[in-house]
Amino acid sequence: MENNRGVWVYMEQKEGQIVNVSLELLGAGRKLAEKLDVPLSGVLLGDKVKHLIPTIFEYGADEVYVMDDPILKNYRTESFMKGVNYYAEKYQPEIFLFGATPNGKDLASAVATDLCTGLTADTTMLDVEVETRLLEASRPAFGGNIMATILCKKHRPQMATVRPKVMKALQPEMGRKGKIIEDSLNVKEESLRTKVLEIVKDTKKKLKLDEADIIVAGGKGLGDEKGFTLIHELAEVLGGSVGASRDVVEAGWVGHDHQIGQTGITVTPKIYFAIGISGAVQHVVGMKNSELIIAINKDPDAAIFDASTYSVIGDALEILPILIEEFRAALKQEDGELKHA
Amino acid sequence: MHIVVCVKQVPDTRIIKVNPKTNTLDRRGIPAILNPFDSHAVEAGVRLKEKYGGSVSVVSMGPPNAVKMIRKCVEIGADEGYLISDRFFAGADTLATSYALYKAFEKMLEEKPVDIIICGKQTIDGDTGQVGPGIARRLDIPPITNVIEIKEVDEKARKVIVKRKLEDGYEMIESSMPCLLTVEKDINPVSYSPLPNMIRAARYEPTIWKVDDLNDVDKKQLGLKGSPTIVAKMFAPPKLEGGKKIEGNAEQQSREIVSLLLEKPELFEKKRGGA
Ligand SMILES: Cc1cc2nc3c(=O)[nH]c(=O)nc-3n(C[C@H](O)[C@H](O)[C@H](O)COP(=O)(O)OP(=O)(O)OC[C@H]3O[C@@H](n4cnc5c(N)ncnc54)[C@H](O)[C@@H]3O)c2cc1C
Ligand SMILES: Nc1ncnc2c1ncn2[C@@H]1O[C@H](COP(=O)(O)O)[C@@H](O)[C@H]1O
Repeated sequence: MENNRGVWVYMEQKEGQIVNVSLELLGAGRKLAEKLDVPLSGVLLGDKVKHLIPTIFEYGADEVYVMDDPILKNYRTESFMKGVNYYAEKYQPEIFLFGATPNGKDLASAVATDLCTGLTADTTMLDVEVETRLLEASRPAFGGNIMATILCKKHRPQMATVRPKVMKALQPEMGRKGKIIEDSLNVKEESLRTKVLEIVKDTKKKLKLDEADIIVAGGKGLGDEKGFTLIHELAEVLGGSVGASRDVVEAGWVGHDHQIGQTGITVTPKIYFAIGISGAVQHVVGMKNSELIIAINKDPDAAIFDASTYSVIGDALEILPILIEEFRAALKQEDGELKHA
Repeated sequence: MHIVVCVKQVPDTRIIKVNPKTNTLDRRGIPAILNPFDSHAVEAGVRLKEKYGGSVSVVSMGPPNAVKMIRKCVEIGADEGYLISDRFFAGADTLATSYALYKAFEKMLEEKPVDIIICGKQTIDGDTGQVGPGIARRLDIPPITNVIEIKEVDEKARKVIVKRKLEDGYEMIESSMPCLLTVEKDINPVSYSPLPNMIRAARYEPTIWKVDDLNDVDKKQLGLKGSPTIVAKMFAPPKLEGGKKIEGNAEQQSREIVSLLLEKPELFEKKRGGA
């Protein structure tokens, strides 16, 4: 255990690009590594992925462990786990972080079992206690009603999966360099028991909620499905996307894809409207990092007002029709001005 | 074909309340239920049985009163239920849970082979989704997480084809059997239980094993003692600041919001360019 040193971040990549959460984790990992006075390393696996190494250094890593092999073309638990375990067993990190994406969670669960160590799931806060060198991984527990800080005292590495969009990536430092460690994956295709037959992208979602600049989200306060159409209308006028609370999704006013929050999607748009949403913790964790939050609620004590930048106390069913018209008029005018300019 | 589903009894965290003064959970009157994801897992097993024949067993680690939850699984259509229950198991994290369940599987395998193991995507109390892959690793069979459809099971060729949900679509995966699947709620709606199942369930007594009924168990790997992770503290989610009030009647409020947003013209440029 005393020999375990260094903070590692698994660099998930997709189609030759590093996914955002991995860059965010380099930002979070950098702070931990500096506190512990150890290097920060990225672990990169895939097929023809070496061109990503400079990016990993630029976002804060001191070292990159890379494995590049055609077998690693698509993510599969078995092959990726073998590669990651090879490095972890040989170089023994003390902290190992993964993005809490479907593949990141899948991989981390398998790796932790084989390394026989603890894994904290869906972490939203990370810190380290310098004297004991213990990772303090905090996460929502019991349906988000409470936060729990989890420690792994006697096993190494200390592992955690971390939610996308809660940590901040560093500003990339162009030309920053580091050490590259490369080894080969000694796995034969015949020894693997799974095959990816095809990957299908969902094209029907035109605008991906987690990439939208403007989200108009509605809650039970809109009264019924008809009231909720005002949300669609405002979103359309603004060119934004529609979000919803879980209760609305469960009531069937809008599809599950629109659910924001702990059991839905985490979003960080430039503007988030929370309309007729009470602001339960489970909803708030999914939207609180939005740049600007406008909440409309008729209850002045609604919890959503703790999270909002602008608090509008009032009846959404009364305000929305006016707001939609005002925006329609204002944006049309702007369009006109622009054309003349 | 023998399908085994891992099920857990959980407190209904959807109605749990936290005492804001003491930061403790108020568990009074909170009913224990079959983990919602696991009901979809049992349903998936039952559908496979209907299509390909065979039987469905459920296995759980939990307190003695989890028998009730196992009866619920029989209502959905499970044939047999196994409960491992012992104070040695108490306080287990995901690593210790997967170890205990792995030992239960070893014991079940003495009776008959297992072809497909199905777990829920996650529990609503532990909320990790780590136990399924953990069991798969210990049994050394392939884990496939986030499954939304079981397309095909070819018993002769010992192969399954499943659809696995990704953030922006899905992938089709072929795996050899046996394998372990963790399933999303989208995999199926849980259907109403037929009356004969209800009747059978009411009287059903699952097989209950204590630690000493299992083979070669390393007790150091069980329960609280065998759990590398510990909960060091609980605290209320960080309180947010709250913002500026927008006053006035509906018209005044609307106008103020509009002017606030129009201060950010960059937001609307993209829309013009794109649309
Ligand atoms: C394990 C777990 C996971 C969960 N995950 C999620 C999740 O991912 N996302 C999520 O959203 N929730 C989640 N929840 C549910 C969450 O706890 C809340 O129940 C839910 O967010 C409430 O939805 P709501 O705000 O729309 O409804 P309500 O709580 O009913 O709030 C309606 C609000 O509208 C206001 N209102 C009423 N009429 C008007 C009007 N005319 N004009 C303006 N305001 C009005 C009311 O004052 C009230 O504040 C989860 C819960 C659990 C236990
Ligand atoms: N004590 C348990 N007994 C049986 N199955 C379990 C137990 N804990 C977890 N599982 C299974 O593992 C899945 C994921 O659980 P978790 O890792 O706790 O989120 C659940 O949906 C169950 O299928």
